[in-house]
Amino acid sequence: MKFIYQTWWKVLAVLLIFYTLIAGFLLDVPHLPILHETIRNVYFHVPMWMAMFTVFTISVIYSIKYLNTGKEEYDLIAVECVNTGTFFYVLGLITGMMWAKYTWGEFWSNDPKQNSAAIAFLLYCAYAVLRNSIDEEQKRAKISAIYNIFAFPIMVVLIMVLPRMTDSLHPGNGGNPAFGKLDMDNHMRMVFYPACIGWCFTALWIATVRYRIRLIEYKKNEIN
Amino acid sequence: MQLVNQTWFLLKKEIILEWRSKYAFNGVLLYVVSTVFICYIAFNLNPGLSGSTGYPIIWNVLFWIIMLFAAVNAIAKSFMQESKGRLLYYYSIASPQAIMLSKTIYNILLMALLSALALPTYLLFFNNTIGDPLFYCLAVLLGSFSFSTVFTMISAIASKAGNNGTLMAILSFPVVIPVILLLIRLSKNAMDGIGRNFSYSGIGVLCAINLIVITTALLLFPFLWRD
Repeated sequence: MKFIYQTWWKVLAVLLIFYTLIAGFLLDVPHLPILHETIRNVYFHVPMWMAMFTVFTISVIYSIKYLNTGKEEYDLIAVECVNTGTFFYVLGLITGMMWAKYTWGEFWSNDPKQNSAAIAFLLYCAYAVLRNSIDEEQKRAKISAIYNIFAFPIMVVLIMVLPRMTDSLHPGNGGNPAFGKLDMDNHMRMVFYPACIGWCFTALWIATVRYRIRLIEYKKNEIN
Repeated sequence: MQLVNQTWFLLKKEIILEWRSKYAFNGVLLYVVSTVFICYIAFNLNPGLSGSTGYPIIWNVLFWIIMLFAAVNAIAKSFMQESKGRLLYYYSIASPQAIMLSKTIYNILLMALLSALALPTYLLFFNNTIGDPLFYCLAVLLGSFSFSTVFTMISAIASKAGNNGTLMAILSFPVVIPVILLLIRLSKNAMDGIGRNFSYSGIGVLCAINLIVITTALLLFPFLWRD
């Protein structure tokens, strides 16, 4: 837990994101038909999902920890990670939709990947609704932890497995090559990997700040 | 071994209770039949549907939507109808896994029987030629199996969170959408009589989803029932 109070990775996150903003727009990219300059979106769209997966994974780990120990702090971490993850989820969807507008022709083209992503979004909205429906704190923490653990594998199936089985336009799905295999040259990798790390750390940072605010509120409300 | 015995006993108890009252089964059967009849009347208000090109697609999708809502209604009851005292009694005599397993198996049996009756009823009102009837029945059985596993766990969660139907629907639909998408694709293939080897990967994913749901349910239920 000491990790969240340290400074170095927050500085690193800021530096990496500034680097990807500058390098991502200025460095040379391969010129490919249809994609053209939109290939730069891979620096911004994919890291959003990476960041989302990072915080959702952490939230599942802390949900499991909560069920095993019953410590209220773990529930706060889990819920704030889900909140942050949902935010990055929306960003990932929006960046994907903007890219789809210029390459596929429409913001929403009924693509399996988009549809699965939208369904998985409903899962986490349901998590929020479930939390609001229970008043008793410990019961709420326990049941939402259970639903969180239950929802995570379904989310992975929805986003990672199902679109790969059908004809999706999304790179890496339905027989389409992923960027990593064909199109991405070493110049792009030099921006792409730092971008992933930077955004993962940013998501983590947002989640920890929110968690610390929650923790203060929780301690304030405690009866001494 | 003890788990198997306990599951068997609880399952027998569920079936006997249901056999005495026949409430859940008859209720849901009536629900399905009346929904089918409503759809029949509603679709016949505007003539020309049964001859149109989109008819087989609508036929297939409508069947699954009816089955989906029937399953929600049938399985939502599985934990809600138990009184608090009776639940406490179960927990003192049986392991939580046995309770979960017996409920799941009971729901699978209930849904299988229900869909076995619902399909002929549906065919009676909406006639359609099915290319590969055996495979379609397999898809329907797989469907009732998958609905039961998903909804049993969700109904356990919903019953702990204040017993309301809205919550049941909100929590379960995102989980059940991938299942129903696979089922619709699978049964569409069976209806068109496309070669069975095209559907095996879909069946594989469906089984994998069921396996994930059952394992997580068995792992999580012990935490859920402890109050």
